[in-house]
Amino acid sequence: MGIGPLGLTASSIVILFSFILFIPLLKSSQRLLINLSFFAFSAASILGIAGGVWTVGAGITNKFIIPLGLPDLPFHLRLDPLSGFFITVISLLSFFVSLYSIGYVKGYLGKRPVTNLVIFYSLFLAGMMMVVIADDALFFLISWEAMAAASYFLVMFEDENLENRKAAFLYIIVAHVGAIAILLSFGIMAGLATGFESFSGYTFDAMREADVPLKWATAAFLLAFFGFAAKAGVIPLHVWLPEAHPVAPSNVSALMSGVMLKTAIYGIVRVSFDLLGGFPWWWGALVLIFGLISAVMGVLYALMQHDLKRLLAYHSVENIGIILVGIGLSMIFTSFNMPMLAALGLIAGLYHTMNHAVFKGLLFMGAGAVLHATGERDMEEMGGLIHRMKWTAPLFLIGCVSISALPPFNGFVSEWLTFQAFLLSPVLPSPLLRLLIPLGAALLALSAALAAACFVKAFGVTFLGHWRGRHMPRVHEADWFMRSGMILAALSCLLLGVLPTFVIDWMDIIPQHLVGTKIGASSGAYGWLWLTPIAPERASYSGISVFFGILFVVALTYLVLHITRGHVERVPIWDCGFAKLNERMQYNAASFSMPIRRIFGFLFKIKEDVKLTPCSTHKPFPKKLNYHLKVRDRFWGWIYKPIVESCFWLARHAGKLQQGRVQAYLIYSFITIIILLLFSR
Amino acid sequence: MKLFTFITQLLQLIILVGIAPAFTGWVRMLKCWSQGRTTAGLFQPYRDLIKLFSKEVLLADNATWIFRFTPYLVFGTAVLAGGIIPMLTVDLPAASTADVIVLVALFAIARFFTALAGMDIGTAFGGMGSSREMTIASLAEPAMLMAIFTVSLASKSTSLSQMVHVIYAGQSAFRPSIAFALIAFILIALAETGRIPVDNPATHLELTMIHEAMILEYSGRHLALIEWAGMMKLFLFVVLGIAAFAPWGIALSGELFPVLLAFLFMLMKLGVIGIGLVLIETGLAKMRIFRMTEFLGSAFLLATLGMLSFFILE
Repeated sequence: MGIGPLGLTASSIVILFSFILFIPLLKSSQRLLINLSFFAFSAASILGIAGGVWTVGAGITNKFIIPLGLPDLPFHLRLDPLSGFFITVISLLSFFVSLYSIGYVKGYLGKRPVTNLVIFYSLFLAGMMMVVIADDALFFLISWEAMAAASYFLVMFEDENLENRKAAFLYIIVAHVGAIAILLSFGIMAGLATGFESFSGYTFDAMREADVPLKWATAAFLLAFFGFAAKAGVIPLHVWLPEAHPVAPSNVSALMSGVMLKTAIYGIVRVSFDLLGGFPWWWGALVLIFGLISAVMGVLYALMQHDLKRLLAYHSVENIGIILVGIGLSMIFTSFNMPMLAALGLIAGLYHTMNHAVFKGLLFMGAGAVLHATGERDMEEMGGLIHRMKWTAPLFLIGCVSISALPPFNGFVSEWLTFQAFLLSPVLPSPLLRLLIPLGAALLALSAALAAACFVKAFGVTFLGHWRGRHMPRVHEADWFMRSGMILAALSCLLLGVLPTFVIDWMDIIPQHLVGTKIGASSGAYGWLWLTPIAPERASYSGISVFFGILFVVALTYLVLHITRGHVERVPIWDCGFAKLNERMQYNAASFSMPIRRIFGFLFKIKEDVKLTPCSTHKPFPKKLNYHLKVRDRFWGWIYKPIVESCFWLARHAGKLQQGRVQAYLIYSFITIIILLLFSR
Repeated sequence: MKLFTFITQLLQLIILVGIAPAFTGWVRMLKCWSQGRTTAGLFQPYRDLIKLFSKEVLLADNATWIFRFTPYLVFGTAVLAGGIIPMLTVDLPAASTADVIVLVALFAIARFFTALAGMDIGTAFGGMGSSREMTIASLAEPAMLMAIFTVSLASKSTSLSQMVHVIYAGQSAFRPSIAFALIAFILIALAETGRIPVDNPATHLELTMIHEAMILEYSGRHLALIEWAGMMKLFLFVVLGIAAFAPWGIALSGELFPVLLAFLFMLMKLGVIGIGLVLIETGLAKMRIFRMTEFLGSAFLLATLGMLSFFILE
């Protein structure tokens, strides 16, 4: 193959793989290993970005067959605009995170060897890229498993903690249950493509050609949706996510939350729009409903957290929900044959995919910098870090503003597009959808508003006020590698927010391929400054004008007020004459979210304990007060606990067979043979 | 002609920045009259602002750039919001920059940063105010969006100018969805602008204050900017309500005479709405903070009902 986009992408994967061979040579010098390897990974990511941007920009589809794998079952590769888009997203974030890792991973020097981290990091990146360019079920599943296994070992990296081992175990179980469902789904599609006797149906091309009857298509879709939803962390399959993401090294958490979840979105889009093709509207409604539940519940659970990385992990559940809302709307519109609106929904979902990758990557990198600097993940102990971390704080703030969907940053653009898709739905003919969709818009608005509350809490408790813990550690700012990764991600947040028309024009080819039309984001008389989906008089938004408008008014006000004098006097905090203010009197994470906990408390399992130790001389004045709060996921009790308990019950009863005596085992085999003989007669 | 639209745009901003304190003064005057007190006059808010601007700024030792940047941002977003709401005419160059969703988000930015500034110093009051404000906002903001969406569904556009156009073009007949949306909007406007029964702008009692608790540490020109922006916010909610529910009088072109007429209409409507606001404020007592859920929940429900009735009935 010449140097095409597929070649670029493939060479990026080859670099990732071939570097693993050098790792044993570099094992002795860990510092050199970190510098070299993560530089190589950044370079590989740049190749990936080039390949992805080229594919989508030119709207080309490249195919290639590698004569590897099982006999007669070679691997098929295919890079079309949809894959190209996901390659771009994956490579973009992995470029930022690889740069960041050069600084971050050095934090482990002298504590533990990082060779494993480097090896599985490169496998993980390569696995994600292979998933989106795979064009047959076999290669797809191999890549999918490589990605899952690599990330399992990355979650296990600090394996001396019981917490990490438990989280990784839960993760690998859910990942495999999901993988089985995906395998079965491909099995159905492949079997119906060429019959169950032949194997040639394993390519995606054969599945595209196949004429699958509706009930089988539905089964295939439901299985695939279940499998991918387990990977994406859609509620109620999300329980592994808030366990596994926080305990992984922060650079890996950034990748897992930012892009690994997106491979599941890719899978859902690929299977429903491309492989299966036509579908009834209720598939879209199903995706929409699960998306909405995840969006609202995800953010509510996030609000209850006081572990910074866990909070961010629950926000991934929320954002996956928002992406699925866009995709679900698009599926509904497609099934009613409204390509223009379907394209709008799809663009909204995919744009949010990219936005979430960038800002969640940024936030996890910021949380990593905080963890690196303080050794602390619990927000209840933090505070006032903005004074010590002069770079990390504003960068983290940009992430917070973006994820809270505030203009002029990127999160707002995709939510705006999703709202537009909602508002265009009165044209739908189904009465049930007419009930569902207003509620959907309401829930989406609710989750956006709650996200803002959550990030005021996250930023305010972590970076503002005073340090809440007993001893303030020697906090140091992140080094330049970590900073540059975060700065690039923050810049992308801004650029994706103020120049959405360029990006949407670039990716407009994807709905053209999948639903048959473009949305023409900057159509009409307005030009590239204005984002005008559908029609200019319908709605328009110009991020860049909003950005410069705010900047201009703020600068003007500042200048006008500082012409005469800009003097400010620094004084001690006003303590209302009490004079005994201390840092434990500040609002913390638990108290900040208390009103919301009280309002939405019925959704959680809350255990609140207050223990008063009265003073012996003055009864009304307690000497000590212990407050204990435990908020748990209800889904664990509803769904997972019964499954876990029945597994244990089964195991206990099956365990009775195990006597430890050879005679007993001989009898078992004897009985088995007799039964088999009876049946095979 | 193009130049003239820019002049009206500028005029509109000047009116917003200039008249907003007078509207607050009008509301305070009415309130004094209704409670049998002597008034401080229509221009007292201006005197307050001038006083604050001429005072020095006292800043807590550990206040950061967020604390100092917030007043300017809050002021800036309020001015920007004034540029996109059709007050006098729908022929605004800035109107296509942002639609009504952006408008709601602009208020959200101001609130986000005010809440952060409340937590910046690290006093209990600031955090308390931020926590309460964000809780109320997280219930009020979706309700607000739903109310506005209901109107925009009827006019098939989220652009405010377009919404005014469509309401003008007829269909002024009574619509159940718009009625629901209007009631919801009034409830939310009370909550968002911090009026009774949700918050009391005149109190500094720790148990009840919400918005005031966040800005308790501000002084001098910073406080002046925040207070001014607060007055502008009240004004903006009133003109937004006018534009979305009763736009009659707003000029459809940028000509001089209709704009002048629109200005007179606007003053009249502001006067009437001020009376309505005072009737609500003197008639009701401030609610306990956890009763707010019912208040805002019913606003949310009404707005959603409005949207449902649009989908089902219209």
